[in-house]
Amino acid sequence: MVHPQVAGKLIAVEGLDGSGKSTQLYLLERWLESEGVRVYYTEWNSSQIVRMATKKGKRRKLLTPTTFSLIHATDFGDRYERQILPLLQAGYVVLADRYMYTAFARDVVRGCDPEWVRSVYAYAVRPDITFYFQTPLEIALTRILSGRPTLKYHEAGMDLGFSPDPYESFRAFQGRILREYEAMKSEFCFRIIDATRPIREQHYEVREIIRNLIDLPTFMNAVEAK
Amino acid sequence: MATTYGRVVPHLDLDALRGKLIVIEGADGSGRSTQINLLKDWLESRGFAVEAFGLRRSELVSQELDQAKKSSVLGLHTLTLFYATDFADQLENKIIPALRAGFIVLADRYVYTLMARAIVRGAERQWLESLYSIALVPDAVVYLQVEPEVLIRRAFQKSPTLDYWESGMDLGLSRDMYTSFIKFQKLMQAEFKRMRSVYGFEIVNGNRSIPRIAEELRKKVERVVEGVVYGEITDDGREGGGGWDGGEGDVRGVGLGGGRGGASGDGGREGGTPREPREAPAAPPRDR
Repeated sequence: MVHPQVAGKLIAVEGLDGSGKSTQLYLLERWLESEGVRVYYTEWNSSQIVRMATKKGKRRKLLTPTTFSLIHATDFGDRYERQILPLLQAGYVVLADRYMYTAFARDVVRGCDPEWVRSVYAYAVRPDITFYFQTPLEIALTRILSGRPTLKYHEAGMDLGFSPDPYESFRAFQGRILREYEAMKSEFCFRIIDATRPIREQHYEVREIIRNLIDLPTFMNAVEAK
Repeated sequence: MATTYGRVVPHLDLDALRGKLIVIEGADGSGRSTQINLLKDWLESRGFAVEAFGLRRSELVSQELDQAKKSSVLGLHTLTLFYATDFADQLENKIIPALRAGFIVLADRYVYTLMARAIVRGAERQWLESLYSIALVPDAVVYLQVEPEVLIRRAFQKSPTLDYWESGMDLGLSRDMYTSFIKFQKLMQAEFKRMRSVYGFEIVNGNRSIPRIAEELRKKVERVVEGVVYGEITDDGREGGGGWDGGEGDVRGVGLGGGRGGASGDGGREGGTPREPREAPAAPPRDR
């Protein structure tokens, strides 16, 4: 597929729930802002227009693996076409909390054909950097489950029928997701961050990688002339 | 056996699909709905159970898609994916259950319209072919071709104003709606002509009278549906023979996905002697 040339840079974070990736993306956003970089943050599953349909589909359990995949792809498409791509064209550094790889992992675990899922997203640009916050399953599970959260049906992967118990289902589901991420990490050149290390250490590693790969001054707002 | 254009949705047993999928394509005003209603009456009078399929009728997203269409804010890929969601929902919950139950599914448009619209608007063909590679290959596809000048007169007979999307106004082909309509419909027809050679469907001259077109469609459909009633049931429960002539109008074995496998070259069924009529099909589940 031919992708448009863009002036901006796209940085995505991927990893299990409980890997700490959202915290890291937040710290990254704060740092870039403090450096004066034109930065924009976007997260998975947040398009207003498609949200209603996704909610209804989930609530009424209308979704199959295929429609689950497509409705999330539609949501992504809306954010991509109306936010991410224009922002990149306008020269922003765009920070994405989850990107197409989340779909690749989840949809394939649900049974979709891996090549088909990849092709559905083929029109969208790939990130310049994808940080993968690598976490052993037990650590991620403990971080999420120790608070005894109420897990939503699809969040727990209940539609896959691993277990009638949401916690057991979530464990099995996350285990499969982890396997998909591990299988993808070299295919898509993920930058692996050891998410068991202290938060600040991880953040400084992220900064270092970004400094090496992106010429940040290019993306800084012009300083007012004296 | 039924095939798809390359990819099979999870949990689908293609072997179990005993009905027939017949697609009628054409622009608004091409006589599509009229001909589908006539075909439905005719098939039902001959004892076939018929299920209707049409775009934007899914339980999952039809309302939301209507809204999105009205506000016309969605990008090309987003709108295409929204339509694909609508299609997949109906494929899995309407078309497949009906085919499994032995129904004749009459589709008022299919993925070809969705692809043509997106291609005319600039989407990549390869992307669309892969997206819709989950679609079942129909047993027959007919495209009703009508001159754009005739289409526009028929449109005015139905409604005092032209439809924004059917006029392709979003494409900026012309500021005046008449010119835009004609240009857009010509682009669509050119795309359908191109698709004809790829997917092997038949172009029917829709400028003629309703009864003449109906007669031609019946002949085509008759060849396809004969096997449903008189198909020989073999030991493994699959249909062994029937009236499928595998000749003109045979759309099987044409790969949407550029021959990535899966769409096997089931170029012609072996002719068998019709024997016992098949058992009456059970009603498919309509709504969940």
